Amino acid sequence: MAEQAETSLCRVVVVGGGFSGLTAAVDAAETGAEVVIVEKNPYLGGRVAQLNKYFPKMCPPMCGLEINFRRIKTNPLVTYHVASEIESISGKEGDFTVSIVKKPTFVNDNCVSCNACVDVCPVERANDFNFGLDKTKAIYLPFNQAMPFKYVIDTAVCKGASCAKCVEACKYNAIDLNMKPEKITIKANSVVLATGWNPYDATKMDNLSFGKVKNVITNMMMERLSSVNGPTAGQIKRPSDGKVVNNIAFVQCAGSRDENHLEFCSYICCMASLKQAQYIREQNPDSKVTIYYIDIRTPGKYEQFYWKVKEDANIQFIKGKVAKIEQASGDDVEVEAEDMASLKKIKTTHDMVVLATGMQPSGATLKVQGFKYTDEGFGIEDKGLYVAGCSKNPMDVSKSAQDATGAAMNALTSGQRR
Amino acid sequence: MDKKLALYICSGCGIGEAVNIEKISNIAKNAQRIPVVKSHFALCAQEGVDLIKADMANEGVNTIIIAACSNRVKTDVFNFPGCIVERVAVRELALWLLEAPEDIQLAAEDYIKMGIIKAQKSELPEPYIMETVKNILVIGGGITGMTAALKCADMGYNVVLVEKEAQLGGFVNKLYKQIPTTLPYKEPLIVDTDIQSMIKTVESHPKIKVYKSSKVEKTEGQPGAFDVTITTNGSSEVVKIGTIVLAAGWKPYDATKLEHLGYGQFKDVVTSIEFEEIAKKNNGKIIRPSDGKPAKKVAFIQCAGSRDPNHLPYCSAMCCATSLKQARYVRQDDSACAMIFYKDIRTPGRTEYYYKEAQNDAGVMLTKADVTGISDAGNGNLYVEAENTLLGEKIKVEADLVVLAVGVVPATADDPIINLQYRQGLGLPDLDLYNGFADSNFICFQYETRRTGIYAAGCVRQPMNMSEAVEDATGAALKAIQCAEHVAKGQAVHPRAWDLTYPDPFMQKCTACKRCTEECPFGAIDEDEKGTPYFKPNRCRRCATCMGACPERIISFKDYHVDMIGTMLKNVSVPSEDDNPRLIVLVCENDAYPALDSAAFAKIKIDRAVRFVQLRCLGSTNLVWIADALSRGVDGMLLLGCKYGENYQCHFAKGSELANYRLGKVQETLGRLQLEAERVQMVQLAIDEYNQVPKIISDFVERVKEIGPNPFKGF
Repeated sequence: MAEQAETSLCRVVVVGGGFSGLTAAVDAAETGAEVVIVEKNPYLGGRVAQLNKYFPKMCPPMCGLEINFRRIKTNPLVTYHVASEIESISGKEGDFTVSIVKKPTFVNDNCVSCNACVDVCPVERANDFNFGLDKTKAIYLPFNQAMPFKYVIDTAVCKGASCAKCVEACKYNAIDLNMKPEKITIKANSVVLATGWNPYDATKMDNLSFGKVKNVITNMMMERLSSVNGPTAGQIKRPSDGKVVNNIAFVQCAGSRDENHLEFCSYICCMASLKQAQYIREQNPDSKVTIYYIDIRTPGKYEQFYWKVKEDANIQFIKGKVAKIEQASGDDVEVEAEDMASLKKIKTTHDMVVLATGMQPSGATLKVQGFKYTDEGFGIEDKGLYVAGCSKNPMDVSKSAQDATGAAMNALTSGQRR
Repeated sequence: MDKKLALYICSGCGIGEAVNIEKISNIAKNAQRIPVVKSHFALCAQEGVDLIKADMANEGVNTIIIAACSNRVKTDVFNFPGCIVERVAVRELALWLLEAPEDIQLAAEDYIKMGIIKAQKSELPEPYIMETVKNILVIGGGITGMTAALKCADMGYNVVLVEKEAQLGGFVNKLYKQIPTTLPYKEPLIVDTDIQSMIKTVESHPKIKVYKSSKVEKTEGQPGAFDVTITTNGSSEVVKIGTIVLAAGWKPYDATKLEHLGYGQFKDVVTSIEFEEIAKKNNGKIIRPSDGKPAKKVAFIQCAGSRDPNHLPYCSAMCCATSLKQARYVRQDDSACAMIFYKDIRTPGRTEYYYKEAQNDAGVMLTKADVTGISDAGNGNLYVEAENTLLGEKIKVEADLVVLAVGVVPATADDPIINLQYRQGLGLPDLDLYNGFADSNFICFQYETRRTGIYAAGCVRQPMNMSEAVEDATGAALKAIQCAEHVAKGQAVHPRAWDLTYPDPFMQKCTACKRCTEECPFGAIDEDEKGTPYFKPNRCRRCATCMGACPERIISFKDYHVDMIGTMLKNVSVPSEDDNPRLIVLVCENDAYPALDSAAFAKIKIDRAVRFVQLRCLGSTNLVWIADALSRGVDGMLLLGCKYGENYQCHFAKGSELANYRLGKVQETLGRLQLEAERVQMVQLAIDEYNQVPKIISDFVERVKEIGPNPFKGF
């Protein structure tokens, strides 16, 4: 492993380049701190980059990301490392040593995003950005508005030196198949953990049949199916046969508020399903939506968002927990639930079913060495070690933004006390 | 600065094959008199950058035009401090969006010509520096205000804390107990508040000056130099303030409006606040008001006024958890029970665990219900009447005390609190959009309002619980510090935090028409006694809406002014053939332009008729540009900007809306030229709608073709 000595003293390391991390970073930098962002993915933007719209404004996430990217590009105090992970954090408040491992992407800064490499690459891979709903080449741009705007090679499928067609096609010497991992060590006064969340693994809920019954998808997949830059160019079509979705059901608390899965409430899923109901209603005026819920949780101003959706006669709300999901004829999906108002068992059939899967903190599956975690995987704050956004608590984007600004404040105060 | 210009044309990414670089170089050298013109096969590579740096060192080049790719990419590479740098997106706008070789060539020529003009007419920024202070004013001494004050003070900033009551602590003072702030939620499920020690810390902090029984009478000036008049018991004092945290809190919804729930009619119907007072006064014993007997069956009615179009059209967010907590007060007496009637139990996130603990207690009954009324049970108790419950269609439950979980009303609902002496009004604008809360329209930027240097936090911003309020206060404290630091350096704040320019009006030519003072989304321009506009640059966010509004065209920024864009537009080529129109599209650089970049990257082709010009914000569109371009034979102009209306996406809040408003008056301008108003149009385009660009353009081209060629063509 190549060692690179970096001796300059920065003040704040932000782990995670999603919306919380970006916010913490730019807010700290615009207050005069040096900031280093460490992002695991080969791009910044995290989970929100995969979203089609935000509730309740139904506005595109790229709009705010673009401003934050510009704040980074114009601020010399911010540096970022993508495709990078924390190896260790040692020391104490005011004097941390943070080791970062930068994984090779095999594409260097010479890349001009001309796409010549993609044109010649003979290998395909499932597109993880789109939850496997389509494919990319082995060399790919993570998505069309990615920052950095630079290609990446997936080593799991790339044939390497035996192929090297991309190396030949690139006129700018941007592809280096011999790129090695790089280790970077930096000093920091404080660290902000903003590693976000993952959708709860839907295959763990046996009765909801994800992966077994066709056309049962998760809410995050629904975001990709609705996005212009998604696998269907924004046309909501079901995966099994590409049929335009006319009749859809949402299953709330799929894994949340459930002692066998996530015991907490994931905060965003009610608003997310109300939002996704609007995606389909706007695309298809005849479409019908059924939402199975325990409680509709639209705190604060989101109440009016709920009212707006409730006004739509084609959207039906049923208070009841879904017991079973099965395949019906013609790739349709049957949902069985108990209606808690009438105490009757009901069965409904749909073109597609969306599981409003919960938010599992990334700490449940990947812990950053140096931080302590709760049993659920949420980060625990300590002196000089702060936690922001969904790695701290389930929350939505606006609360993440607010929380991350607070985390930046705490991180700076750490510097002050040094 | 004595400018020495240089033009660098990249031949990479296929530009060299598609564009006759030699021809463009010759035009630049001979017609535009650019002393240094060079080409390179990859300007963004080290060799290309070194070439530019060598010219800076050896030739004294200080004004650099890079004709290559979009300014949204390779930003770090083409970074030459101390130089004016202009990027021309030949790759995206000419090569990728157009098809035919001759169209690409002509577009490249036009865009490079415009880039040269822009560089010629641009100056390096010189920040506006005035004497500023960095003291932070915190309005409100509740948990939010005290948190903000302590955060700022611990960072070394002087804080002035103004509290309207005679003591600090706000609502927390009234609480008997609070929900534990740390997980897991196990016994004890109610704990003492820590507010007294917090008050002590604040009052003894050397950096915090506390004014109790005080109000902000008026706030004059601008960030970094506010003069705030604080009134205490009739006497006033003026304090110099840098920036402000507004943490004025909330009040409970007026329960007298809840007659249908028996309030005012029955003594034993109390609000959740009154219930806290009962518990606090009797040290946890729940004594009912009517006869002083201990209450054994306490009913909690959720959403008393909240989630109700006739009362509060929002959820007050804290009441579910509050009632679950107050049920614990009841349950301190083993023989007592609590009944909670709810629409939905809303305990988001990990407060769910608190709900779960209640569900595990047989003495806490919870049911979904629409409470229809409260009636006299005849035995000194009350009936709670409800329908649509989980216990049956219609029920009547006896209770000896009824608690109404009343909602949150922000302090700003009927009082501007900050009392800004701004031409545009005393309070934060747009409060009606947020039901009186001092909230932000921006999901991504929670602290951004339309008043620079004033950051709201806590329940005045959104209904929230105590720990959320502490987090919110922490963020607002940072924003206040950030703004104080930026204005001290003459630097803008969000969303153009890097910007060192500022609006510099040539006042001798001002006619005091007041359009700028009315239109500025941030209230940055007041008027003096004579009605002449008076710019307060530290309130400004640099959107240049004033520049667009000014009919005298006297408002300029060093790197952005009416003459600059006007000259660029006048120099766009206009084909002489009638069936080959020329349209200019003014594009918001924040959203519509990135959408164009995405369209280009997807190699989506558009009509050859258009030329794109980036604007800071469509709000900066000056109608003279339209007259300038159309009088030169341009056939039509399209404005691409952000969505407006109540869910507006404009980062400057009002820019795109004002551009549209101005277009409503374009007929006046075009009437003089005897041209049709339909030649100018605005379309709202969000950043992700790049797939719609070709259709928007081709529809507009068709419309202009129907109108026919501009009669000024060829003049």
